[in-house]
Amino acid sequence: MTALTDDTLPVTPRAMRDEMIAFVVMALLLASVPFTGVYPFFVMQALCFALLACAFNLLIGYGGLLSFGHAMFMGTAGYCSAHALKVWALPPELGVLVGIAAAFVLSLITGYISIRRQGIYFSMITLALSQLLYFIYLQAPFTHGEDGIQGIPQGHMFGVLDLSNATVLYYVVLAGFLAGFLLIYRIINSPFGEVLKSIRENEPRAISLGYRTDQYKFLAFVLSGTLAGFAGALKVFVAQNASLTDVHWSMSGEVVLMTLVGGLGTIFGPVIGAFVIIAMQQYLAGFGQWVTVIQGSIFVICVLTFRRGVIGEIAHYFRRSL
Amino acid sequence: MQALYAQLLVGLINGSFYALLSLGLAVIFGMLNIINFAHGALYMMGAFMAYFLLNLGGINYWWALLLAPIIVGIFGMILERTMLQWLTGLDHLYGLLLTFGIALIVQGVFQNYFGSSGLPYAIPDQLRGGMNLGFMFLPIYRGWVVIFSLVVCLATWYLIEKTRLGAYLRAATENPTLVRAFGINVPRMITLTYGLGVGLAALAGVLSAPINQVRPLMGADLIIVVFAVVVIGGMGSIMGSIITGFALGVIEGLTKYFYPEASNTVVFVLMVLVLLVKPTGLTGRAA
Repeated sequence: MTALTDDTLPVTPRAMRDEMIAFVVMALLLASVPFTGVYPFFVMQALCFALLACAFNLLIGYGGLLSFGHAMFMGTAGYCSAHALKVWALPPELGVLVGIAAAFVLSLITGYISIRRQGIYFSMITLALSQLLYFIYLQAPFTHGEDGIQGIPQGHMFGVLDLSNATVLYYVVLAGFLAGFLLIYRIINSPFGEVLKSIRENEPRAISLGYRTDQYKFLAFVLSGTLAGFAGALKVFVAQNASLTDVHWSMSGEVVLMTLVGGLGTIFGPVIGAFVIIAMQQYLAGFGQWVTVIQGSIFVICVLTFRRGVIGEIAHYFRRSL
Repeated sequence: MQALYAQLLVGLINGSFYALLSLGLAVIFGMLNIINFAHGALYMMGAFMAYFLLNLGGINYWWALLLAPIIVGIFGMILERTMLQWLTGLDHLYGLLLTFGIALIVQGVFQNYFGSSGLPYAIPDQLRGGMNLGFMFLPIYRGWVVIFSLVVCLATWYLIEKTRLGAYLRAATENPTLVRAFGINVPRMITLTYGLGVGLAALAGVLSAPINQVRPLMGADLIIVVFAVVVIGGMGSIMGSIITGFALGVIEGLTKYFYPEASNTVVFVLMVLVLLVKPTGLTGRAA
């Protein structure tokens, strides 16, 4: 089996410099959004999905594990945050923590179960587990079934940041996204990240070198799931609701699509992919079910002709690491 | 007691669909090393094909039972030749992603033209009515579905495990290069195998058309349950897929009688329990 990404460039000072420049450009562009005419809620939503896709990419792009149920972490964190904010009336920062904690616990359990099988079996197990949760949330009283949890109070973060103000909310979400992104970047470039890449390239060899690969994969799964939960908790403030669509498996498929379009195993790919897919849904909403057909076609085209994704192709062309 | 037998029968019928679908997945996985995510969409196409044949061509159920799997199977073979073929040697995750894309396209197209609501398909005249078995009333069509699926499953098992053609197929799974050296056209065999697996899915679709309504998303949620069935059974043996399929259908039916709240989730819960005890699945080899 060939690896998912063909040419991982060594971490050189030049590669680090390129990545830092790209990060600064991205941060400046995103920070200037409120001063342009772009609709901030669109960008906020895209940022939440971008963080989710980055977290997902940590698992597949660097660990070679295709989770087909990643929406369950976002959905679970969303429900728990929403419940904490609305019913327990916790302040926003604690609400986010509750969501992250819920995703952490869930990823411990689901990771323990799913890491036992590899490859496509792993994908099928994550998919089945997310469907199990979907049915539980459909029936559990605290999620309000089909209605979802609505009308979530936004409150003041740390007692001072008024989240009902769109600009304040935007910068809070952006700060959350950038923090999550930098953490993922740090994980990828740590010794742990290097071991993860070696497992992706050749697991038997990593085992023969003495690495307990199952433990590395499990840790990657938990980190990825918890960060996905962070994305879900942020999304509650943007959408002001938590609903079943966030746990349904078609959402997991969308996350896979975002990462594939942007570039599996690239650092910036999932961000671009998330913006492309969210923009597409926004502007093509009038086409009804044809959106599904278009998404399916993108899947097919990406897999057949364009496996590196947008960022992957650019990085490959310039022989840069992005 | 009546209700218990009724749920057992429903379980057996769902088990027939699980068995036919997971059998097709196993056959395809054996030769192509691809988890066919489009399987649910192809099952749905089988049901729609029966509907079209009846309403557009006036072709009855019995011919649909033969023609729909062939037509959908040919569609599958075209997919294999034009797309899946190019993934040989790549990580099998790409096969999953490609077939997922195909499933989205097929389901999206059908949803556009037929909405999300169901279309009725009448039970054929010869299979109307029911039979009083003494302890329960058996609608004939439902009994027919169970028996016919069982026969098809066993025939497929016989074809693969006991005939010369099946021997070539199994040999090609182990070592395609060597089998090619014996003058057997392995790529054509792969295409035909995909056609066979797809045909089994379409056949399940035709069988389900008179029971469940014909809907564009009828396969979408079913396929996830089938994936769980596959994880529980493992895909090591053909007989394993058949037995696991039927058994899980029955367990699901029993749950619906004793504890209806858990009927949607029981298969997934079982999957978790099996994975904790025996990670390779009940009949599976190590992946």
